[in-house]
Amino acid sequence: MGVLAHAGADAIEDRLAGHALPGYRRLRGPETGLVMLRGRAGGDGAAFNLGEMTITRCTLRTEDGLVGHAYVAGRDARQAELAALLDALLQDPARHDALHEAVIAPLAAAQAARAAEHARRAAATRVDFLAMATMR
Amino acid sequence: MYVAVKGGEAAIDAAHGWLAAERRGDPALPELTLDQIAQQMTLAVDRVMAEGSCYDRGLAALALKQARGDAIEAAFLLRAYRTTLARFGAAEPLDTGGMRIARRISATYKDLPGGQVLGPTFDYTHRLLDFALAAEGAPPATVPEREADTAVVPRVAELLAREGLMQREPQGEAEPTDLTRDPLTFPADRSARLQNLARGDEGFLLGLGYSTQRGYGNAHPFVGEIRQGRVTVEFTPPELGFPIAIGEIDVTECQMVNQFKGSLTEPPQFTRGYGLVFGHGERKAMAMALVDRALRAEELGEEVTAPAQDAEFVLYHSDNVEATGFVEHLKLPHYVDFQSELENIRAMRADAMGALKQAAE
Repeated sequence: MGVLAHAGADAIEDRLAGHALPGYRRLRGPETGLVMLRGRAGGDGAAFNLGEMTITRCTLRTEDGLVGHAYVAGRDARQAELAALLDALLQDPARHDALHEAVIAPLAAAQAARAAEHARRAAATRVDFLAMATMR
Repeated sequence: MYVAVKGGEAAIDAAHGWLAAERRGDPALPELTLDQIAQQMTLAVDRVMAEGSCYDRGLAALALKQARGDAIEAAFLLRAYRTTLARFGAAEPLDTGGMRIARRISATYKDLPGGQVLGPTFDYTHRLLDFALAAEGAPPATVPEREADTAVVPRVAELLAREGLMQREPQGEAEPTDLTRDPLTFPADRSARLQNLARGDEGFLLGLGYSTQRGYGNAHPFVGEIRQGRVTVEFTPPELGFPIAIGEIDVTECQMVNQFKGSLTEPPQFTRGYGLVFGHGERKAMAMALVDRALRAEELGEEVTAPAQDAEFVLYHSDNVEATGFVEHLKLPHYVDFQSELENIRAMRADAMGALKQAAE
């Protein structure tokens, strides 16, 4: 679910292309609302309300009777619906491995690569202190 | 006194028509897209999200475009929009300790685990206008990279707390105050203060923070740590009952270290002022941390003498949407109020002139 929450609808759809998907019925949404984000005083103390974030949720049931839920940050209804569909389909042992390999694993790899690039860029700005000779 | 006034409809329509044209500017130039604003005016977008108290880059970019770049007007638009959405619940508190660091600096320790990571900062630039940017079409900059250490970067405050030199933050799983649901009341608890400051006006907090450094509040702060980067947002949907990752956001956190001379129950130690804001808002996070610490004066048994330590003064005036509403309402028709003022001043003048005349005779 975390992987799908970080992936755009287009990226998910591209990965799903070519897979025979069952029909489904929407039970709720996709609908956009808010979630209140929280911080902690001093970083590790009691919680406080920091501010809200948009979030989109969707619940659906496939023809096979599997129910999928999705909550994703932002307002992309298609992303939430695809994520809910995958949540349902991944519960099906007959489909799980194929879908995981085709959709989740490559998206996760792309996200990990982006995170690694971010970390390498940060590392390049890490200061290496040099001992200065004193002037006395 | 307010009375209903009719008329002006055509004038208002014409004014808004002109506003739309002014917003667009010269039609011969390409129109700004929301993606361009979100990608290239990132810090303006961050500020609107922070003060609009709603994390959504696309909405904040739209608000900025609609507001012609006016950050306070844009924050107002975002606050208004959020009232149209249902709230699905509250997320788990963000784990800033597990942040994927873009920037992390400490002014208290040179060598510390995790190091000094500068990130994409304006610091150390010469603040000279770069006319190369005036020419468009420059090739994308290549960003230097270096092998990254994947260890979790420890908090500076924690390093001090382990030695007993930093006051531990009180723990508690009580439901925090929510100013979007309940009005501000006094004494305001820390959660109410931090929420208020997190969405408070950057300029107001900057000025107040500055005042504490200049002697209005007797602060001697050090930047224990500033960190900027990505944190995962986790939310527990009621139908699942366990937390799931729903996305990630950029935040800036500042821990100010301040001396505390101790009390009857506590030995001398350092205390924290805390700042946390959406996006890359380092100045705001620092100002917030200064003001947070100043507002703790009373609970720490310090003398409350300065504006920044006065919770009612700070918290009632920090919100720029509220402030702009009350200041700008002055331009609305006050014709009847003013009529009564006019009558008043004429009567007072007549009395005073009469008295002057009598005195002269």
